[in-house]
Amino acid sequence: MIAFPILTMLVVLPALGAIVVSLIGRFHLEWVKLAALITSVTTGAMSVWMLVKFPSGAAGFEFVSKHSWISQWGISWHLGVDGISLFLVVLTGVLFPIVIVGVKVLHDEKPYLAWLLLLEAGLMGSFLSLDLFLFFVFFEIVLVPMYFLIGGWGYDRRVYAATKFFLYTMAGSAFMLVGIIATAVLARDDVGSLTFNVIEIAEKANFSIATGRWLFVAFALGFAIKIPLFPLHTWLPDAHTEAPTAGSIILAAVLLKMGTYGLLRFGIYLFPEASVWARPVIFTLAVIGILYGAIVAAMQTDLKRLVAYSSVAHMGFIVLGIFALTRQSMSGGVIQMVNHGVSTGALFLLVGMIYERRHTRQIDELRGIQHVAPIFAGFFMVVMLSSIGLPGLNGFVGEFLILIGSFQTARWWVVVATSGVVLAALYLLWAYQRVFHGEPDEANQSFRDVTLREGALLSAFVAVIVFTGVYPKPILDRVDPSVKVLLEHVEQNTTYRQPHSVGEASG
Amino acid sequence: MIAETLPFVGPAIQWFDISPLLALLAGALLLLLGGALTPQWPRGWYAAVSCATAGVAGFLTYILWGDIANGGPTTLVGGAVALDRFALFATMTICGSLMLVSLITNDHLNRQGEDAPEVYGLYLIAAIGGIIMVSANDLIVLFLGLETLSLSLYVLAASNRRRAESEEAGLKYFILGGFSSAFFLYGVALVFGSVGSTNLGTIAEVLANEQTIPGNDALLLVGIALLLVGFAFKVSLVPFQMWAPDVYQGAPTPVTAYLASIGKVAALAALIRVFIVAFPSRMDDWRPAIMVLAVLTLLVGSVLAVVQTNVKRMLAYSSISHAGFMLVGLEAASHRNSLDPNTGVSASLTYLLLYSVIVIGTFGVVSLVSGVGDSAPSLDDMRGLSQRRPLLALGLTVLLLAQAGVPLTSGFVAKFGVIQSAVTSGSYVLAIAAMASAVIAAFLYLRIMVSMWLSAPVTDSPLRIPLASGVAIGFAVLFTLALGLVPGWLLDAARDLAQFASR
Repeated sequence: MIAFPILTMLVVLPALGAIVVSLIGRFHLEWVKLAALITSVTTGAMSVWMLVKFPSGAAGFEFVSKHSWISQWGISWHLGVDGISLFLVVLTGVLFPIVIVGVKVLHDEKPYLAWLLLLEAGLMGSFLSLDLFLFFVFFEIVLVPMYFLIGGWGYDRRVYAATKFFLYTMAGSAFMLVGIIATAVLARDDVGSLTFNVIEIAEKANFSIATGRWLFVAFALGFAIKIPLFPLHTWLPDAHTEAPTAGSIILAAVLLKMGTYGLLRFGIYLFPEASVWARPVIFTLAVIGILYGAIVAAMQTDLKRLVAYSSVAHMGFIVLGIFALTRQSMSGGVIQMVNHGVSTGALFLLVGMIYERRHTRQIDELRGIQHVAPIFAGFFMVVMLSSIGLPGLNGFVGEFLILIGSFQTARWWVVVATSGVVLAALYLLWAYQRVFHGEPDEANQSFRDVTLREGALLSAFVAVIVFTGVYPKPILDRVDPSVKVLLEHVEQNTTYRQPHSVGEASG
Repeated sequence: MIAETLPFVGPAIQWFDISPLLALLAGALLLLLGGALTPQWPRGWYAAVSCATAGVAGFLTYILWGDIANGGPTTLVGGAVALDRFALFATMTICGSLMLVSLITNDHLNRQGEDAPEVYGLYLIAAIGGIIMVSANDLIVLFLGLETLSLSLYVLAASNRRRAESEEAGLKYFILGGFSSAFFLYGVALVFGSVGSTNLGTIAEVLANEQTIPGNDALLLVGIALLLVGFAFKVSLVPFQMWAPDVYQGAPTPVTAYLASIGKVAALAALIRVFIVAFPSRMDDWRPAIMVLAVLTLLVGSVLAVVQTNVKRMLAYSSISHAGFMLVGLEAASHRNSLDPNTGVSASLTYLLLYSVIVIGTFGVVSLVSGVGDSAPSLDDMRGLSQRRPLLALGLTVLLLAQAGVPLTSGFVAKFGVIQSAVTSGSYVLAIAAMASAVIAAFLYLRIMVSMWLSAPVTDSPLRIPLASGVAIGFAVLFTLALGLVPGWLLDAARDLAQFASR
């Protein structure tokens, strides 16, 4: 019996949903919503089912599905999932139904839902592709729905932000495309035939040092824009601020992770020597990003912009962990990708709720909300603390692993980066204090507390935040084996050796 | 001595092998003579004849395509015309484009109330010229094709007599086109002077054996340079692109589509054939020139496209930058050390085919939007198209995304092909310049999309989509998407394009 092609379905189902949604007449809005809901919930359920079926401790790619697509160019529909991509896929699958249910749209629901589902298909494809060409296809395709979501349903300067987002990312991927083609062409002799298969290229190709470094730079540039790494981050605050709430949530939670995931899967895996070589530069940029993001976030007057800049800082931590190349730091980086997705996604959801009620995101126009909406304030507090990295919540697990792992190989950078943790506490707590403490003035007096639906959604976020914080072992057990294999691959192909004093990545 | 010259013997002509040309000629005569001698035909019949003729010619080409598998590439009419996959692929592109252009022309002329056979007759004659260009194996024959194409196009560009811009476009095109023909002819003369033949195969052979007339290498190089200038004018490569924006903007929109598709296919395919077939032994001399032209065309074309406000002018500049992409393939093919010399030529021709369909569809939409009078639409006229005609806006969006090279459209396949050929031959500079150009040009397509989707409409006047245009645009959109998803068969078909017939 042929196994159920779950990964293919994860990509195809949302795409089909998008087509169905756009085919239903616009006067049957209920059907449109129902179709979108069914597709996204089914996709989410499938991703969870995959998580359950994923064997704990497996290091290789599971559920692989491979079919020849464009044989002339050695391109195939090649999907697979391992510990590094597993939780990103689940995050994508679960987040979309939440966004579709939880975020209200004011106009044109039909195209909105169609774009959203198409975006989900693209994101799933990016995380699952094991073929460079296929990955690039999805990586680029994601731009189109995101562009229309920001441009069509965003706030005042949405067209500017959407265009900036599109051009920035496209510029990065332009170089990456040249890099991808060059990788496949140059690997042709070592592999034996032209192929874009990531695994074959990584295992068989033997790039000269200079070539490998050039190719790595081409890839890294594309991913650095996506992450975004300082100084390529300037599209992010605009895109985040102007995007509709759903767009911001997905942008922060999933889209940015395409960059860090790409660095792991393609940067380090394909070009281990160049990754080791580039570390000082990447560390430095990451640490600058951490401090810069934090300081700029502290200065913001717009709550959404504040969260956006905090993303720059958090993504810096993830990059630091990934490139520190120890098992703890890399596992921490992978977990932090998911954690940041959950906590920042939730923060954007909360900020969106504030905007819905008050039609402003300016910090100085909000005050004393804790008095009128205590439950809302409670949710905000938990999510914010998770973003700060309070022990017992999910943010701590990732950040701690990153810092302790990186300390061995990137000591002085870590010393500086740690101050970023303090700064995160500063800007978030300060913002919380200004928005929630004090006596509510007249405008804030009528701030409505959470409704049942909002409460249910936020509870789901909080449950994940607390569970991961208290008991991260199930996640680590699935992430760690893949990280270990990746590190072994790096050690086999370079002179780099991870420090021996590092014990097992603890659970 | 003179008395001993052999009597002139005409070459044997393989009539069936040139049947696509004959079919087009028959169609042109039917339209021009039949149209002149009979009263006005019912609405749409002229276009139908033009379309059917192109279809028959395309079908005959398809049969010949199958014959090549058995007979291999050969030359016809005494070595003057080549019968190879390259020529047939380009011929099919021309025939297919002709069908689409005829469809959008029909509605265009009906809107103006000027349905007449002359435009279609000229279309067919220009297509004959184009097909001769892409299959010419002799510089003189090539020149004949070039003039047949160009003269028809000058008239077509000026064919909307009610608009001064159209006449201006025709005159500008005529004068500059005349210059470029002169350059080209001078180049032919110099090459003939140094090599002693105008036959591409003979030229290649003589140069390979270094049997040039001693001391005439400079003559040859100047000749090659002048040929290149002539072609560069026709393809509108920077810095010979000055005429293109004015002509594209002024000419009636369907004619602009014709210029951007068939005009480009003919000139670029001829350029590739002449340089790859006749001058392979001088590759090291002309490759740098092609490279400089390509980089300039890519970057200048897309940068200037971004600052325009007129949609037709924007698309004219974007069409210039697309020509740069096609040159990237030629440059790649000119590397002797390249692993696979086929890829560059195949990539360029595939690009031409895919781009032709995209650009005709795009201009088809532009033609609908500009409505009666065919005023060149500014960006503002596109505003709110998504609210007036959502499907039309969606179609144009697909076509624009394809021009920007977004995956899952044929535009991405085309770009991927040329970039791959460039990287395979080690032309990283060109590959990066091409991608930089793609990013800059993306801004332009985004501007049009912003107008369509994100701005309120300025007019509520209903936008009618006539059947023929709807079919043409719908086909272009579906083709663009289908080729983006399953390009394998086209890549297979384009695999052996570089096996030129030269003897």
